[in-house]
Amino acid sequence: MEDQKLYRDKEHECMSREEMKALQSKKLVAQVKHVWDNVPYYRKKMEEMGVSPDDIKSVDDLHKLPFLSKADLRDAYPKGLLAVPQSECVRIQSTSGTTGKRVVAFYTQNDVDMWEECVARAIVAAGGTNEDVCQVAYGYGLFTGGAGLHGGSHKVGCLTLPMSSGNTERQIQFMQDLGATILCCTPSYAAYIGEVVKEMGLKPEDLPLKAGIFGAEPWTEEMRQEIEKSLGIKAYDIYGLTELSGPGVAFECSEQSGMHINEDHFIAEIINPETGEVLPDGTKGELVFTSIDKEAFPLLRYRTRDICVLSRKKCSCGRTLVKMAKPMGRSDDMLIIKGVNVFPSQIESVLIKMSNATPNYQIVVDRVGTTDTFEILVEISDDMFSDTIKTYEELQKKISQDIKSVLGIRAKIKLVEPKSIPRSEGKAVRVIDRRKLV
Amino acid sequence: MTVKQLSVFVENRAGRLSTITRLLGDNGINIRAMSIADTKDFGILRLIVNDSEKALEVLKANSYAVTCTNVLALRLSDKPGGLADAMTCLYKDNISVEYMYAAFISETEETAYLILRTDKTDEAVTALTEGGFKLVSDEEMRSL
Ligand SMILES: [Zn+2]
Repeated sequence: MEDQKLYRDKEHECMSREEMKALQSKKLVAQVKHVWDNVPYYRKKMEEMGVSPDDIKSVDDLHKLPFLSKADLRDAYPKGLLAVPQSECVRIQSTSGTTGKRVVAFYTQNDVDMWEECVARAIVAAGGTNEDVCQVAYGYGLFTGGAGLHGGSHKVGCLTLPMSSGNTERQIQFMQDLGATILCCTPSYAAYIGEVVKEMGLKPEDLPLKAGIFGAEPWTEEMRQEIEKSLGIKAYDIYGLTELSGPGVAFECSEQSGMHINEDHFIAEIINPETGEVLPDGTKGELVFTSIDKEAFPLLRYRTRDICVLSRKKCSCGRTLVKMAKPMGRSDDMLIIKGVNVFPSQIESVLIKMSNATPNYQIVVDRVGTTDTFEILVEISDDMFSDTIKTYEELQKKISQDIKSVLGIRAKIKLVEPKSIPRSEGKAVRVIDRRKLV
Repeated sequence: MTVKQLSVFVENRAGRLSTITRLLGDNGINIRAMSIADTKDFGILRLIVNDSEKALEVLKANSYAVTCTNVLALRLSDKPGGLADAMTCLYKDNISVEYMYAAFISETEETAYLILRTDKTDEAVTALTEGGFKLVSDEEMRSL
């Protein structure tokens, strides 16, 4: 009985290394066969490398398989990596971004169940039971945050409050009226809720909350402490990618030092991002995931672009699942700002409408306290020149509004003189990310 | 009867004005009048110079965001009520002033020069000329 409160699935969460390896090997062999038979896009990659399913007999052969990257997902968009007939799929989820960069992931009912089970493990690890009231303040819709935590909460049997994000005073009202004990949202939104709680003259002890499960964007230990203090909770990290299923690929336990990867569903590797060589545990490198029991959208050796370290040190919670540290940064061009995926190309698409010339701009992301700041410097071009302040202010306002409607978040727009943004090999340096993680 | 004014977009950061004025000075350009309209982040430097064409060329060559507009340069007798008379003259013809600033030049103690931008440049020229006010041309500005 006590174990059921500690773990969602003790058998898998506390499996011995040998048993896990055997389970992973068995699932991997089947997954590779499934992909080979049903995904011509990946089969071609395997053929080009001279690998066939016969070469993959256990997890030790994983390194023989070709990598998949975000570029492959774009190439194969929308259905090129779909491994089952569409009639067997019951859901899609998608990452935010412009159409060209959008990732659409497909799910069968089994895939949804697996995903929600993973999230359920995270909720239980954060102390959740069917006695809890789980307030889901992640965005709902295409984004996996809302759907994932919602589904996991159902599996655990919590009373689920499908709030979605925004309308913060109402969030706090519901939290109090319905006795929410677990809050799920992005860490920056949790920090913001904490600020509003304070502004409303409430104290952390006025809230029934005991735990929070926060993910979908990078956050620091400092931020964790502030959130824990302002809401009177323990704050747990959760990790995932839409491509792989969504949040719940890895989750934090009571030790709050790194996230356990659900290895019975996803095999993690760390590689040298330059050479692709597999690195030993404890070495910093790019995180690569292989799904081993997905039906609709299996991904073999998917490069996440997250720079990270894996650790197999014994965990006080009793789980034997490998732990990943908080990702230290992304080698990709995508930014996560205030929990929203931002591609420089989206900003370019807004600016290009303001001028006939190619816009020169720079995204400056920083963090003040626990909140991301987002500023875009825009070099004014010939056809923007004016004699009046009003014209420039209107231009600033127009850019700001268009950015808000494209990204869903606000940016401070700063007009700057032509050629004032530093160039690197003739190209303006597009992104300055000053947020310090770790 | 207007003069050419150069408007330069400048970011609010240290040294911008000295860089621009130095650049013009080094190219033998004299500043006749100047004003700055600014916000927290940027400003517009408005300049009347002795050689607007050359100044424009120099500024553009140095990547400044510069535009050229026609404004009025009004000569006033430097005595109480001189400015008020000119404003009344514009007001009765329903012309509004967007901005104005004083010029550095002054031939005698009795005259002052004012740079004006109105919403209707041509009408303002007519109104002021008919009202007996003296407007300075670009040509005259060169030699002042
Ligand atoms: Zn643990």
